[in-house]
Amino acid sequence: MADIPAAPSGLRRPPLHGALRWDTVVSVLLVILLAVSFSTVGGFGNALNISFLIGNTLPVAAIALPMTMLVASGEIDLSVGSTVGLSGAVMGALWNHGMNINAIIVVCAALGVVCGLINALLVTRLGLPSLAVTIGTMALYRGVAQIVLGSNSVTDFPQNYLDFGSGRLAGSFLPTAVLPWLVLAAAAAVVLHATGFGRSVFAVGASAEAAWFAGVRVKRVKLSLFVATGLVSSLTGVFWVLHYASATYSNATGLELSVVAAVLLGGVDFDGGRGTVGGAIAGVFLLGTLQNVMSLADVSAQSQTIVTGVLLTVSVLGPRVARQMSPSIR
Amino acid sequence: MSKATSFAALAAGSLLALSLSACGGATKSSTDKAASTAPAAGQGGAANPDAATKKGLAVAFLPKQVNNPYFNISDAGGNTALTALGESYKEVGTNSATDTAGQVSYVNTLTQQHVSAIAVSAQDPGALCTALKQAMSSGIKVVTYDSDTDPGCRQAFVSQASSEDLGRSEVDLLGKELNYSGQIAILSAAQTATNQNAWIGYMQDELKKPQFANMKLVKIAYGNDDAQMSFQQTQGLLQQYPDLKGIISPTTVGIKAAAQYLDGSQYKGKVLLTGLGTPNDMRSYVQDGTVKAFELWDPGKLGQLAAYTAVALASGQISGAQGQSFTAGSLGRFTVGAQGVVTLGAPTVFDSSNIGQYDF
Repeated sequence: MADIPAAPSGLRRPPLHGALRWDTVVSVLLVILLAVSFSTVGGFGNALNISFLIGNTLPVAAIALPMTMLVASGEIDLSVGSTVGLSGAVMGALWNHGMNINAIIVVCAALGVVCGLINALLVTRLGLPSLAVTIGTMALYRGVAQIVLGSNSVTDFPQNYLDFGSGRLAGSFLPTAVLPWLVLAAAAAVVLHATGFGRSVFAVGASAEAAWFAGVRVKRVKLSLFVATGLVSSLTGVFWVLHYASATYSNATGLELSVVAAVLLGGVDFDGGRGTVGGAIAGVFLLGTLQNVMSLADVSAQSQTIVTGVLLTVSVLGPRVARQMSPSIR
Repeated sequence: MSKATSFAALAAGSLLALSLSACGGATKSSTDKAASTAPAAGQGGAANPDAATKKGLAVAFLPKQVNNPYFNISDAGGNTALTALGESYKEVGTNSATDTAGQVSYVNTLTQQHVSAIAVSAQDPGALCTALKQAMSSGIKVVTYDSDTDPGCRQAFVSQASSEDLGRSEVDLLGKELNYSGQIAILSAAQTATNQNAWIGYMQDELKKPQFANMKLVKIAYGNDDAQMSFQQTQGLLQQYPDLKGIISPTTVGIKAAAQYLDGSQYKGKVLLTGLGTPNDMRSYVQDGTVKAFELWDPGKLGQLAAYTAVALASGQISGAQGQSFTAGSLGRFTVGAQGVVTLGAPTVFDSSNIGQYDF
């Protein structure tokens, strides 16, 4: 995954250009961590634990896909955790009103599009920085979620849907929900790294003005990325409710930080213009695996927070250091 | 743009299609709650009250939040009881009281570590169910304390005090202080909080008794367990009802905020306040006369009882079925009630005579 070029392939590169790429570094770290954990951490390398690990990491892994593109285009969305919460709250409230669950899922999807659209219009039409806009909508969507559902928690969803959220593919360790995620991940990788749209995303992230002069419809690119992020977040909200059998307004509080941390750790440049889907996925699972291993090793919650914080700092510094060590590499 | 559209469509399509194809249509009315209220694994099974207490059990406490003063005390109580029995104790948990996903992954971790029993205070009644059922099917005994899950997801719930005891005793406490006359109000937490509403229901029922004929409940206010909002609601109550004589606040956040307001107002000593609070929060208000008495259970004893219940389950003395009984060290003998509930007992009343003995 990591060797999909991040830039148009016509550029001249020194030999072994992949050796120091940050996303390669993260992928290697992930492989090492997995290998070490399998052989040394008790309770890690069995089917049950691997399915726990993947199931708990899936929400971050799903939202990281559109977030990678959004950050590569020079924008960010901090309202994703609140969109997950809002989607879950609406799902719970409508279920309490006796609505058909399939219809509810469609409503939630539409809601995600609306959330993304609000972010997009505030950013593209009013020219506001996305960091500020989505800090605002982060509070806004969470507040609406609380009004919609109050402090209730709805748990009585149909069993076959709950089984989809927490079940595993027949006889294997893979959670059922991994399938739609794989489709989504493949789609994201293709769109970002093998299409004209993907190139325009990087162009916008590198320099929106230059991209505009080159004929890229900058606002449309950004708008579609915000909408995709909102949509994936709200569908993740549905998955979250089914996975944890609980619709509450506080679902996924703080998830945006995990997503952003994982994406940055995966080598996506916070300033835009650089990043790979493969690197982001490696970042997501590196963080997820670390958390799982630390819990199994009885590392306290406080120490885990410190480790995550150090990693986030490293993730901002690491790619820059890696680039400076070989300046001709993108 | 066309690529963007196709990406969005693909993203929507794939997730949606798979979530839809996972099962046929269902609505709330077409399904029932049978699955979530099925009896717990092992409940009603064989239990031998004379079985010896097993030694060397590993019991893990999973509070709603680690480093929360209340749970520090209850879990320390658990540690004391387990150490006395020769078992091993550990505490794990999340930093945030609303991180349900984090709590689930801790349950999963404990399942992987094959602990003997888990004592958990659930952040959410439903969210832990799948993980706890998985733990029970791996032979781990599950006790909830302080805050329950759906009854099918654990073997026993250690309840701090019955809702009825808490509701009625708070009214009795205030009634005595007011000589059973005057207007009173209730300052609750969230309008939807189940435990608060259950207590308030018993308060209203208690007020129907003849001795309360001259006491009138004029308003129930909601402070959402937020200090500032509870403070302002108290302010509002006293402006709206100048003849108000007493306030019951069955929430530790509410009672502290109300005491804070009364302490700084002309109503200090004229309007009486009681409810549920912690001695450390309320000590200064009891000492300066703002509050005469309030109540709460002892969280340390709650943790001890959770530990004894976990050990009794893991030793096979009880299975969680109604009517079984077991000994909980110096706390005495307890009997499992309906739906596996073990109740600690009547709440403790704190006033100037005894508040110095408690530190939590």
